[in-house]
Amino acid sequence: MSPPETEAEAEAETQVETEAGTLRVCDLHVSYGRSVQALHGVSLTVPQGRIVAVLGSNGAGKSTLLRAVSGTLALHRGTVERGTVHFDGVRLSGDAARSVAAGVVQVPEGRRIFGALSVEDNLRAGFLGSASRSRAELRAARERVFAQFPVLAERRRQAAGLMSGGEQQMLAMGRALMAAPRLLLLDEPSLGLAPLMVQRIAEIIREINAQGTSILLVEQNAAMALELSDRASVLDVGQVRLEGASADLAAADEVRRLYLGETYETGCGAPDADGDAAYATAASAPSVTGPGLTELGRWNG
Amino acid sequence: MIKLTETVLNGLALGSVYALIALGFVVIFKASGVMNFAHGSLLLFGGYVTARLHDAIGFIPAVLVGAALAAALAGLVQLLATRGLRGAEIHTLTILTIGVDVLLSTELNRQVGADYLTMGDPWGADVTRLGSITVADARIASIAVAIIVIGAFFAAFRWSRWGLSMRSAAADPEAAALMGIRLDRVRLIAWCVAGALAALAAVFLAAFPAPGLDRTTSQIALSAFPAAILGGMDSAVGALIGSLVIGLTAAMAAGYQNELSVLGAGFSDVAPYLVMVLVLLVRPTGLFGSKELTRV
Repeated sequence: MSPPETEAEAEAETQVETEAGTLRVCDLHVSYGRSVQALHGVSLTVPQGRIVAVLGSNGAGKSTLLRAVSGTLALHRGTVERGTVHFDGVRLSGDAARSVAAGVVQVPEGRRIFGALSVEDNLRAGFLGSASRSRAELRAARERVFAQFPVLAERRRQAAGLMSGGEQQMLAMGRALMAAPRLLLLDEPSLGLAPLMVQRIAEIIREINAQGTSILLVEQNAAMALELSDRASVLDVGQVRLEGASADLAAADEVRRLYLGETYETGCGAPDADGDAAYATAASAPSVTGPGLTELGRWNG
Repeated sequence: MIKLTETVLNGLALGSVYALIALGFVVIFKASGVMNFAHGSLLLFGGYVTARLHDAIGFIPAVLVGAALAAALAGLVQLLATRGLRGAEIHTLTILTIGVDVLLSTELNRQVGADYLTMGDPWGADVTRLGSITVADARIASIAVAIIVIGAFFAAFRWSRWGLSMRSAAADPEAAALMGIRLDRVRLIAWCVAGALAALAAVFLAAFPAPGLDRTTSQIALSAFPAAILGGMDSAVGALIGSLVIGLTAAMAAGYQNELSVLGAGFSDVAPYLVMVLVLLVRPTGLFGSKELTRV
């Protein structure tokens, strides 16, 4: 192992050794091609057994962050320029199969189930990345998933593409659970689902977490994400703008106004002013402070 | 009636050989999205190895070595494509296979020269008579071997871990990668399987009643191309059905060429392409090409 270059990295090295089952993203810089920088120094921690949410608008870098953790950046021609991702003390170096072997499995945005394959084959595919080749363990994993999602057992022989959106989301999550992950990465699980189904998915996420799986949840549905998670980070143009306990964030004016659809009513600044100008003043003078919040900047969606 | 039966048997034999070629074509296309234009020279290479070795080590070992070397060569092409040209576009890789084809076929043509190389197969020019029907033993063997090999292929495709990895990776590479499936490995195995199948096909293409392996044998692989397209290019079942259709068409057109002489000599060479065009006019995605199976 090369000697740590900075104090921050030295600190990270000692921490990863002591925190089992923790995901630690440290000062991550990611760019696509040679020019488009998607993340500028993002740091994030998911302690074992917790749910951590990442919020942000389109293009904020949420999916890029997940790709860096799951090791699929290369498929999008992205590269990690600086920073590290550790899980359970193991450095994840951009190889998807190794991330899965380490116990980190991602449910992709838009579900991405194998539509022409049967439900059962989709689940079998989810088991391919696990170290085990035993049929008994495959069956056991499948029974666990069927217990969690009875609807999948009913439709096991059906082509996956013919199920409803909510069922497909359940299949995508069940497929990921086949590898018995210790950390589940969820990319927009509520995308395109009816409100009732969003509720159902939220319950399922809570159940999965209750069984001991840590969860990193990326969402645009901030109400759902803040309700589910213990802590949350808000990404904006590739940087963490806000970070804190979810309850505090849900109460913060910025988040309420921008993500929870409430009108902003304070005297500071002009809410209707041109976005760029408002942002410029806010960036130089953070206007909101709250318990547990760090680096509060003016949010400009 | 006798002639019809013989023609159909010939067609099935031809179709079974085409199926070995077309399946390889489709497997490569499914796994890596590349149209492998070097398939004909891979086939010639496998056949050439078998032809050179059978005197020394016997027919069956020579076929196995030929298949293994063709598989290795195909794997090498894939490694060159992924390691050497990492991140290159699919189209670039397709063009690359044309370059590989030119290199390989030039060298093989030099080696083979104007000769017909024998395969040393045990069937020779023997024929079997069933009543008044006469069939070459080599054709019966090609049907039997193709049924066994293709059956094994489909079983592996359906039930094995590799088959599932392959189908998942073809359906959605990124989602497959997220399941921990190693895309590079799936592609490598696909190319190797295709190379081995092509080498096997070469043996039967060169067997009786063909005079032997010569440098035009690789062009026969071109006839398997309409078979793959006809079947839908990304469907293994389609490749099989397409091959049988093309094989029967070619055999019929050759068997009844006197009756078809209105259409000109050599119609049997054109017939497969004609069938392909007609099918594509009705079904642009081929017989079994992927339909969209999604619900939003």
